[in-house]
Amino acid sequence: MLHMPLLSLVTFVPLLGAAIIFFIARGPEEVIARNARWMALWTTGVTFLLSLFIWFNFDRTTAEFQFVERVEWFPALQISYHMGVDGISMMFVLLSTVLMPVCILASWDSIQDRVKEYMISFLILETMMVGMFCALDYVLFYVFFEGVLIPMFIIIGVWGHGERRVYAAFKFFLYTLLGSVLMMLALLAMYLQAGTTDIPTLLRTDFAYSMQIWLWLAMFASFAVKVPMWPVHTWLPDAHVQAPTAGSVILAGVLLKMGGYGFLRFSIPMLPEATEFFTPLIYALSVIAIIYTSLVAYAQENMKKLIAYSSIAHMGFATIGMFTLTTQGVQGSIFQMLSHGIVSAALFLLVGVVYDRLHSLDIDRYGGLIRNMPKYAAIFMLFMLASVGLPGTSGFVGEMLSLVGAFLVNTWVAALAAIGIILGAIYMLQLYRRVVFGKLEKDDVKRMVDLSPRELAMFAPLILLVLWMGIYPSSFIEVMDVSVANLIENYELALEARDGIAVAGR
Amino acid sequence: MIDLPGLLPALPEIFLACAGMALLMIGVFHRGDATRLVSGLTVASFLVAALILIGVAEERVVSMNGLFIVDGFALFMKLLVLLGSALAVIMSLGFIEREQMARFEYPVLFLFATLGMLMLVSANDLISLYVGLELMSLSLYVVAAFRRDTVRSSEAGMKYFVLGAVSSGMLLYGASLVYGFAGTTNFDQLAAFTLDSTGIPPIGLIIGIVFISAGLAFKVSAVPFHMWTPDVYEGAPTPVTAFFAVAPKIAAMALFVRVLVGPFGDLAAQWQQIIVVTSLLSMILGAFAAINQRNIKRLMAYSSISHVGFALVGLAAGTPEGVRGVLIYMAIYLVMNVGTFACILCMRINGRMVEGIDDLAGLNKTNPLMAFALAVFMFSLAGIPPLAGFFGKLYVFMAAINAELYALAVIGVLSSVVASFYYLLIVKLMYFDEPSEAFDRPIGSGMSTILVGASVFNLFFILAPAPIVDAAGAAAGTLFNPPPAVLEAADAAAAVE
Repeated sequence: MLHMPLLSLVTFVPLLGAAIIFFIARGPEEVIARNARWMALWTTGVTFLLSLFIWFNFDRTTAEFQFVERVEWFPALQISYHMGVDGISMMFVLLSTVLMPVCILASWDSIQDRVKEYMISFLILETMMVGMFCALDYVLFYVFFEGVLIPMFIIIGVWGHGERRVYAAFKFFLYTLLGSVLMMLALLAMYLQAGTTDIPTLLRTDFAYSMQIWLWLAMFASFAVKVPMWPVHTWLPDAHVQAPTAGSVILAGVLLKMGGYGFLRFSIPMLPEATEFFTPLIYALSVIAIIYTSLVAYAQENMKKLIAYSSIAHMGFATIGMFTLTTQGVQGSIFQMLSHGIVSAALFLLVGVVYDRLHSLDIDRYGGLIRNMPKYAAIFMLFMLASVGLPGTSGFVGEMLSLVGAFLVNTWVAALAAIGIILGAIYMLQLYRRVVFGKLEKDDVKRMVDLSPRELAMFAPLILLVLWMGIYPSSFIEVMDVSVANLIENYELALEARDGIAVAGR
Repeated sequence: MIDLPGLLPALPEIFLACAGMALLMIGVFHRGDATRLVSGLTVASFLVAALILIGVAEERVVSMNGLFIVDGFALFMKLLVLLGSALAVIMSLGFIEREQMARFEYPVLFLFATLGMLMLVSANDLISLYVGLELMSLSLYVVAAFRRDTVRSSEAGMKYFVLGAVSSGMLLYGASLVYGFAGTTNFDQLAAFTLDSTGIPPIGLIIGIVFISAGLAFKVSAVPFHMWTPDVYEGAPTPVTAFFAVAPKIAAMALFVRVLVGPFGDLAAQWQQIIVVTSLLSMILGAFAAINQRNIKRLMAYSSISHVGFALVGLAAGTPEGVRGVLIYMAIYLVMNVGTFACILCMRINGRMVEGIDDLAGLNKTNPLMAFALAVFMFSLAGIPPLAGFFGKLYVFMAAINAELYALAVIGVLSSVVASFYYLLIVKLMYFDEPSEAFDRPIGSGMSTILVGASVFNLFFILAPAPIVDAAGAAAGTLFNPPPAVLEAADAAAAVE
């Protein structure tokens, strides 16, 4: 097992699948579509199984990067194809590979137009996402990070179902690109300082304080748009509403985590002094995001928009948690991102289920679904409560730990963020009441049928994970434990070293 | 007396000159239409010239009394020029036959223009620079107006000629100023002169450099000397536009780099600001002005202006990394543009060429492979990884950051975001919109080969970037710090005169 390039396999098997679909034998439209669907499902399934090998062979006692692969790429420039995972990134790899087969299943019937291209786009997207979490070279990371834009742009623009899908696709692309290009300059500046783009080396490189500030801001431009943080979040509701269901699932489930992961992998450990300087900014933006977007979510009449705004609020907990730089806070933050990845993905799937039947996202168009769709109502309730943060579900653990971390460093931030939890309960319960409870009056709503076996199959793994993460979180926390401890220790050492120099200088 | 070894470095150029004359003879004496035959032979001569070029390649040779230079830099750029020209001839063939402009002079003019470019790239003296430049420009004026019975084409040729003549005049004036204040036109001696006079260079010399830069900026179509570009691109026959967009730009950029970095390398502090401003303006104007263009040829004209701006970022750095960035950028630019123009040449509806970007609507449904290829070129032009265009930008900005040109780098990347808007617009038209009218098929095997080749290059450059990057690095290295022995030899040769 150790001699197999496991990470490269997980990264590039989807691309191989995409290539096979691309060259699939010509024939009638339906045959091609059917083959593309099955091929995509098989590919993502195999990728998921391969990624399980990472989970089982992962050494939980070390903070070192594991499954490391290294091949010369730009020999003269010290840029190499370098892959590896630690306790932080490994979970995100699994999150991506878990969600992909679910996405393919979710698109099984709802996508009828250009199925082949659709499946190719999703498989390319998976390669980019997994590659990004595994990359241990900054240039390689950047290539994957920005490469995500191309398939996502196509997915929103071609298969999106809103009237403003073109606008949303452009907004998504240009917003993210604007942030990313600034990060590219930061990347180059770091490369010229350190002489390499190797991430483990960069983690050990000290940058001057004045330089750190600029580098931090450049990276912040990129990651804050991805997370997204207030006030650069406006692309997200548009993109979510217009994207096809599976596109929303990937957007909320994985793409937002790329920003949080970026903070954890680059900003915090590489630029500790600047991180300390900017922490109040992050707190302020996150608290505003939590309260403001929760209120906005409450006012929404569109289901997808409501969940999109709730995503921004939930990611606010994650950013607060990670910048507390306490064990609980950082673990809570990662846990919150994983939990949100699954819960919001499931919520978007749930919206997709009713959208497939009624082709409307208006909350008012529904009501009383509990009578004709009991299974649906039950599953919806589970994920709604997970989103609210009910104990026993994954949402509780993430929010709880993040808030404990926040309390340790700043009571005000914690108190204000806690308001967000209450607001979250208000708008989610309200949504649930209006869609599921009430009288079943509308004729077209009455005709809606309950979940099909395919739909149950796509929810089953998510239900399992939400409960597992909520009831026995240790099996996930122990994976990240050492890596998080290492992150915090290095951060504190860096600050101490600076203070030591300052004292000596006096 | 000319001794024969002195001619050896110029063998590719001599071969091309002879081939050009021979092809004219063939054209005249061949019975019937000789266009196809002459085109084929032109491409073959480019191939032979490239082979000779590689065969006689040496470290750094100056010959013809210091007028002509061959080094790694020249080799790299000449190969690019030959590739660009050969592809342009191949792409032209179908077009000129359909549009009743198939005359055998057409490929021969391409050949002479290419010959001029090769001489330009190898110029080591202001005199040989001017000769090469004029040979190139005169041939280009004629091909721009080749469709002499249409107003647009004649207008394009005329405009190009008048403005080109102005720029040549400026360049010549600058050259005479330089000669007046430095007392020599030879690059090596100029380099020695500026080395001696560091401190306070004569003001006349600086003004001369400014004029030379202005003339060269016109040839690469950098702002503020870009006005001719959209009109000429739009008016000239499409394959001629494809040729304009690639080979002459590469040659002129090579010259730009050689002149500024070579003889005036020690005055970098003086010319750097000119290049920084030109580069900034080109990137910004190229990004904003293209947004409202509905004609794809005009759009590509503005796109090329912005790309020249990006390439100039590397030159502004004035370092070996910067020049390496320029070389890589131009190599990738060549492939992206050839591919895009191949697509534009395939935009025919019922035998009629169309140029509006709206005609691309729904291409994904009518011709998926062409849409895919064009989408690849567009994303690559926008500089989105993992496509090749990203790496071009990466290298020039790396050089800019290294040279501490932070403002240039930041504004540059931001303008690239603006520019990506109109590239996305084309992708949007092809993929998101409903098809209007399908383009004619088949597009021909030559065209398909170019399309496939260019897409494969753009897609898979990331897998094996080392050959081009290393070659460009080595080529850029030869431009800096020429071995002292060579300098002495040049001095000795000058002393003998």
